This record gives sequence, C-alpha cells and structure tokens, in this order.
Amino acid sequence: MSHTMSPESSHDDHHDHGPQQYRGVIGFIKRWVFTTNHKDIGTLYLLISLLSFFLAGAMALLIRVELFQPGHRLVDPNLFNQLTTMHGLVMLFGVIMPAFTGMANWQIPLMIGAPDMALPRLNNWSFWILPFAFSLLLSTMFHAGGGPNFGWTMYAPLSTHYAPPSTDFMIFAIHMMGISSIMGSINIIATILNLRAPGMTLMKMPMFVWTWLITAFLLIAIMPVLAGTVTMMLTDRHFGTSFFEAAGGGDPILFQHLFWFFGHPEVYVLVLPAFGVISEVIPTFSRKPLFGYHFMVYATVSIALLSFIVWVHHMFTSGVPLGAELFFMYTTMLIAVPTGVKVFNWVSTMFRGAMTFETPMLFAVAFVFLFTIGGFTGLMLALAPADFQYQDTYFVVGHFHYVLVPGVVFSLFAGAYYWLPKWTGHMYSETMGKWHFWLSVISVNIAFFPMHFLGLAGMPRRIPDYALQFTNFNVVVTVGAFIFGFSQLLFLANIIYTIRKGKKVDGQVWEGATTLEWTLSSPPPYHSFTTPPSIH
Amino acid sequence: MLKQLNTVKQLLLSCLLAICLGPVCAATAPDQWQMNMYKGVTPISHDIYWLHMVAIWVCAAIGVVVFGVMIYSLIHHRKSKGYKPASFHDNTRLEIIWSIIPFVILVGLAIPATHILARMDDSSEADITIKIVGYQWKWQYQYLDQGISFFSNLSTPYAQLQNSQEKNAWYLLEVDKPLVLPVNKKIRFLVTSNDVIHSWWVPELGIKRDAIPGFMHEAWARIEEPGTYRGQCAELCGVNHAFMPIVVEAVTEQAFEQWVATQSKAAAAPTEQNTMTRDALMALGKQKYDMVCSACHQVDGSGIPPLYPALKGSSVAVGHPISRHIDLILDGIPGTAMQAYRDQLTDQEIAAIVTYERNAWGNNTDEDIQPSDVAQVRKELEQPAIRVKQAHAGGLQ
Repeated sequence: MSHTMSPESSHDDHHDHGPQQYRGVIGFIKRWVFTTNHKDIGTLYLLISLLSFFLAGAMALLIRVELFQPGHRLVDPNLFNQLTTMHGLVMLFGVIMPAFTGMANWQIPLMIGAPDMALPRLNNWSFWILPFAFSLLLSTMFHAGGGPNFGWTMYAPLSTHYAPPSTDFMIFAIHMMGISSIMGSINIIATILNLRAPGMTLMKMPMFVWTWLITAFLLIAIMPVLAGTVTMMLTDRHFGTSFFEAAGGGDPILFQHLFWFFGHPEVYVLVLPAFGVISEVIPTFSRKPLFGYHFMVYATVSIALLSFIVWVHHMFTSGVPLGAELFFMYTTMLIAVPTGVKVFNWVSTMFRGAMTFETPMLFAVAFVFLFTIGGFTGLMLALAPADFQYQDTYFVVGHFHYVLVPGVVFSLFAGAYYWLPKWTGHMYSETMGKWHFWLSVISVNIAFFPMHFLGLAGMPRRIPDYALQFTNFNVVVTVGAFIFGFSQLLFLANIIYTIRKGKKVDGQVWEGATTLEWTLSSPPPYHSFTTPPSIH
Repeated sequence: MLKQLNTVKQLLLSCLLAICLGPVCAATAPDQWQMNMYKGVTPISHDIYWLHMVAIWVCAAIGVVVFGVMIYSLIHHRKSKGYKPASFHDNTRLEIIWSIIPFVILVGLAIPATHILARMDDSSEADITIKIVGYQWKWQYQYLDQGISFFSNLSTPYAQLQNSQEKNAWYLLEVDKPLVLPVNKKIRFLVTSNDVIHSWWVPELGIKRDAIPGFMHEAWARIEEPGTYRGQCAELCGVNHAFMPIVVEAVTEQAFEQWVATQSKAAAAPTEQNTMTRDALMALGKQKYDMVCSACHQVDGSGIPPLYPALKGSSVAVGHPISRHIDLILDGIPGTAMQAYRDQLTDQEIAAIVTYERNAWGNNTDEDIQPSDVAQVRKELEQPAIRVKQAHAGGLQ
C-alpha cells in the first residue's frame, strides 16, 4: 500500500474547504469527535461552557431559595454544602475556563494570522477530556453519601477523613481537568510563539493574545500544584499518609498553602483573559487605539508575577506568623498598582474617543465600573487587620462575585457579542442584547451589593440558615439573583436567533475594529489564514 | 394562600426599602438593616473599625476621580454627538504618575495597618487565659487558671429550625452556656480544634481565629463594656457549620468572681441518679437526639450512609450487649465524626438518648436504659483491663 500516494490524501493541504462530512447521526458525531479544527473545537468549548453556566447557575438559585428566609426551606444542610461546592467548582472549571479557552481557540489563530492552532490533535484531546471530567464530577451528587460537601477550597481534614466516598471521583475529575488545561496551554503557547504572521512581533500582538500567552504560562505553573495537592488528599484518604493530618505528624495548614499557591494565580487565570477581551472591545467602540499598549503588557506581566507571592492573604486568620502576614499584606496591596494602570488606561482609551454603545461596549463599560468596585473591596481585604473581620464572611462572597460576575462573566458576554457576528456570519439582535445588558447590570448589583452589608454585619459564608437580623438583605439578594439568572435566558435566545435568523454581515463587522480577524470574511474560511497576511 | 401573599408583599416591600430607604432605615433600626461593621468593644476592634472606614473613604475618593473622568467621557465623547476621535495612544509620563500616586496611597494605608497588626499579635501579660476547642458542632471553653471547663451548644430548639415554632429573637445566636468573661482584663484566648478546622469569630471583640487540629493559636481582648456579644463559626466545618454559635457574656470583675465560685461548687456536687419512666426517657431522648445526633444520623435515624451510618435497624441500636451502644456514645470512634460524648453529656442524657434510639423509628426493642446503667459502663470503661476486653468483644460481634 505504501508505494501509492492517493490523490485524496494530498489534496487537502492548500484549498479552502469545509469540515470533512460523514453521513447520518454517526457521521455527525464523528465529525465533531474527530475534528481538529480550531473553530470547531472553539465552538465545542463555548457550548460546554454555556451548558455548565446554566447548570451551575441553577445551583446558585437553589442556594438562594434556601437563603430567602431563615429556617429550613428546601435544601437540607448537607445538600446545601454540596451545592455551594459544585457551584464553585463548575463555575470556575466548567464555565469561565472553558469559555476563555474556546475564545482562545477561535480568536488566537485569527488574530495572529495563522491557519489553525499549532497542535490540532492535542487540541482535540484537551477538549474531549472535559465532558468526561464533568460527568465524573457531577455524578458525585448521586453517589451514596452525597457529593463533595466541603467547599470548592477542599480544606483538609474536612475533605480527607471527614469527607464522603465520592470525594475520590472529584479528585480524579480535577486531575482530568488539569491535564486538559495543561495541554490547552501548551497548544496556545506553541501557537502564539510559532505561528504569528511575518512582521507580527510580540509587541504588535493584540492584547487578547498577550493576556492569553501569560495566562497559559500561569496555568502550566499552577495546575501541577493542584494535581499534587489533590493527590496528597487521596493518599491521606486511602494509603495511610498524614500530609494534612495533625495526629500523624502532618499539617492541615500545609494544605492551605499548597491550595492557595495554586488558587491565587488561578484567580488571574480567570481574570487576565477578561482584561484581554475588554482591551479589544473598548478601542473598537471608542474608535481610538488602546492607550498605553506597552504599559498594558507590562502591567499584565507584573500582575502574573505578583500573583505567585500573595497566596497567604487567603489565610490571614489561620495563625501565620506576624512577619509572614506583613509580607503578604504588602505584596497583595502592590497588585493594586498594575491593576490600577489597567483601569486608568481603559478610561484614557475612552477619553476623547468617538464612542458608540452597542451591546459589547455596554458590557465592557459595566466591566470597568464594576470590576473596579471588586478591586476596591479587594484592597480592603488586603489590609490584614481588617481582613480579620472580613475573612469567611459574605463580604468576601460579595467581593469575589463582583470580580467574577460583573467582571469576568460580563467580559465573556462582551466578547461573545463582539465576535459572534464574525463566528456565525450573522448579526445578533441588538434590541435583545440591550435588554440582556440592562436586566443583567441592574440585577447583578441587587444580587451582589447587599452581600457586602451582610458580611460586615456578621453573616459568615457557606451557611444554609442564618440569624433573623440578616433576613432583609438576604431577601433582596435572592430577588436580584433570580432576575439575573432568568435574564441569562435572553443571552441564550439571542445566540439561537443570531445563528438562525440574524442579518448577514460582511468581514468588517465593526467600524472601529482593527485586528486581523476582521480582514477575513464572516464566517472566516475553515482554515483561517492559508497564506499569511502582511503586517505593517 | 394568604401566607404566600404575605411573602410576596414582604418581598416587594423589602426591595423597595432596600433601594430607596436602605440607608435611612440603617440609621434608625441597626439590627434589621445593619450595613456596616460593628465598632466593637475592644481596643483592637476599634482599630480595625477605624482602618476599615479609612479604607472605604480612600476607595470612595479614588472612585469619584476615576468614575468621574469615565462618566464625563461617556456623556461627551460620543459619536452620536459628532465627536471626532483623538488619536493619542501613549504617554509614558502619565503612566509613571498613575503608578506612583496609588503606590503612595498604599504606603499610607500600610503604615497604620502594620501598627494594628503588631498590636493584635501581642498577647503577652494576660490576666486570664481561656482555651477554646472547636468540636463538630460546638465549642468547649476551658478556664485554665480557674479549672472550669464546659461545652457550649446551640440552644435554639429544633422546631424553630424547621419553622414549626415562632423563632426566638436570637435565633441561631443563642447557646445553653455562654462564655463568661470579666471586663477590663486582658484575656488571652488559645484556640484549637478537636476534629476539623473551625474559626472562632466574635465581631464585637475584633477576634477571628481559625481553630486548627494540632495547632494552638493565640488572640486577645480587653472588653471595655459589660454586655452580651454574639458570633458564629466562620470556617466551613461540616453539616452543622451554621449551628455552632458563640455567646460571650462580659460582666464586671465582681460578678465574674461570683460566677467562678458557683461553677466550682457545681462541679464538686455529685449528680443524682434517679430511675426514670419510659415517657420521661423518650421525651428527653428525643430532645437531645434532635440536637446532638440528628445532624449526622438524621431525625428519622436513616443517617447519610456510608459516611454517617443509619441507626434505624442498626446492629448497634437494636443489638446486644447494650453496653456496646453506650460505649460508642461515651468514647466515640476515633478518626471519624463520631466523637466521645463522655464529657459532653450526663449519664441521664445518654440514658435517654440510648432509650430513644432503641425505641424510635421501629427499633422497638422495648428496653429502658437508666442513668445508673450508663454510670456503670462509664465506670467499667475507666478500668484499663476491662476496657481492652470490652473493645475486643465489641469488635468481634
């Protein structure tokens, strides 16, 4: 056989064509399971993220139903703890991370003038691990003894000797997600460093590509730490080790050090790509180049580096020595400087631009406002003495939800509305988009702002029932959460509308957009840039 | 229907209040709409409150400037107003300025924060030392100098948790035995845990300390005003994390001395061992079971297997010898959530719980266990030789 080269095998190198088509249902499955195309895989990532978003959102609403009034309502305390754990794990690993990886898959080759990702088969594998990882994780809810019920932070020994048997499945699921993330990151780094169009130097790359390059390095650095930590949990549970067991000479605090050494850079894994999206959207709709591009890159690098030396600020109350508390307080406060530079640069980009307010821009503007509020509470939390009152209260819950919902999730909406016309070749409904925005931005504040009051007034986090004095604000929070949750159906409706009925668009969807993807047709050809574009 | 209508009405009203009247209400009725941190009653809590307020105002000032510029642009620099975009995109001097100014502000905040932190850390020269041990889901307080030691449990009745009874004013923030402390004395707290990580938090004392098994961490307070100060466990510690409150009763020095005297006397007095009727045992048993055991073994005895075994029809609860049943409650099972209740429950209470467990949920063994039976097992277990034999027998069954 080897002596003949069939013409079929050589023909697909240079011409533009669609995905390989097979017949029937099996064919449809094969087409998506075997695909190595960056757009197909990007779409798969985005779809799994959308699915997880509604799933984890539904869990949040169940939590809020239970907290609507004091007293036992719908969910018993054990199920409540499982819901908070799953809500956290799924939102982080199942919604935000896959969504940004999906955007990276779609956008990085388009933005650097490449035909595809550098390692297409690895790409396929890193996606297809995920559905299995999530099935494993979610199956724990139906195990005897219930699912993991110790919070997404998995503090030992609650997560080792006191945890339900299903914890082992969660550990394995985390291993799988870690492998997926590491492979995805390797692919992104390889693509960015090797496949840039001639003339596109590193300092000419779009900010979204820059932030992802740095994020990918962060992921490679931290995911093995998490994998090691959960493996230590596993051996403590089953093989008689005592890493985290004081009675056997171990140290429960060691778990926290290891976890947060992963956990804090993880926060920036979630946030840096969001910064990237916002840095693309704001210049486009301000019709003015990004202000201080070089400093934006430096700020991103400094945030990433600093994120490795701040982890103990999650553990100020755990009895670390005074010297350590001071060191980590100072480093944490220092992060405010590069983050401030970013906010100032976004504001300066808008300043004296010619702004229009389509849906992506609305979400981006809300991002800058509300993420900054999350940043302010972050600064307050950095002050170690004050943190003794804030730690493990609803103030913290309010803080990180501000950073992650009107922060990161809004940037995902901004990115989705911004690039959806490019991806599908159809325009989304602006009216529906505006409704989605206004309902979300109002309800997100009703849902999360009063959490700060609750925390300051003394309500601890992760409790299924509370004292009467916290009732009023909890009612408000629940109402806001429900409006926010149901508003997201508009997003889903808008996506379906765009694909089915949206008006056709040409390549240059937005007047002010300048990056490379807009030079291609909408939707772009299957193999993006088959000949490298020329960069000036 | 009426109830639902009321809920809806309450909901609408709350929304309206929160949006329009929130700040006003906060001023007149601090309990229901409390929005800010408590100033507290110790020097440390005052310091923290001060730092917190400074940080809020610094953030607010920065916010006014940044959001001010942004809102100005959003209003004026619009394409719809015919505004032509400028083309500037770089200014190194500006970048350096807006890196340095925040840095200076941060240094300004870091200096007082450092001082306060150093003060918090200095628990030397204490007048009284209290050791606090976290248990799933209660606190144990040991007065190391006075030789007093007791457990402090949630006292809110189970019926209130299930909404079948009107809730107390201090629902979930009330305990059977509060921690009694004198005012104007430097009190040192040593915080640790018996099982998982807990966190001892009383906002008005400005103290939050994680209780970690194998570690002893310090905190201190000098309470300035007599009063009752309430807090909760702040670190997720399992099913009943929400149900292990802290109540601190701060009293004058004289009252404290008196209280210490009565405690010491009570500890010395022998407890009476009366024979109880089945009804009395069952009533007390149900009350104690719902409070102490039901978090894991569930109200209907079904447990959450395989982690928390069912008691309904279990070999322990219906099998023999009964001494094994009592033994498990007295000494627990090391390394699991089943802790030793030897020092937490009286003979009478254990007898009632055992009787209840052996007769409830269809476990109809028709057996009464009297406090004297428990006392006997307790005594036998204290003798090492018999202890080994018992454990062996229990293990073989």
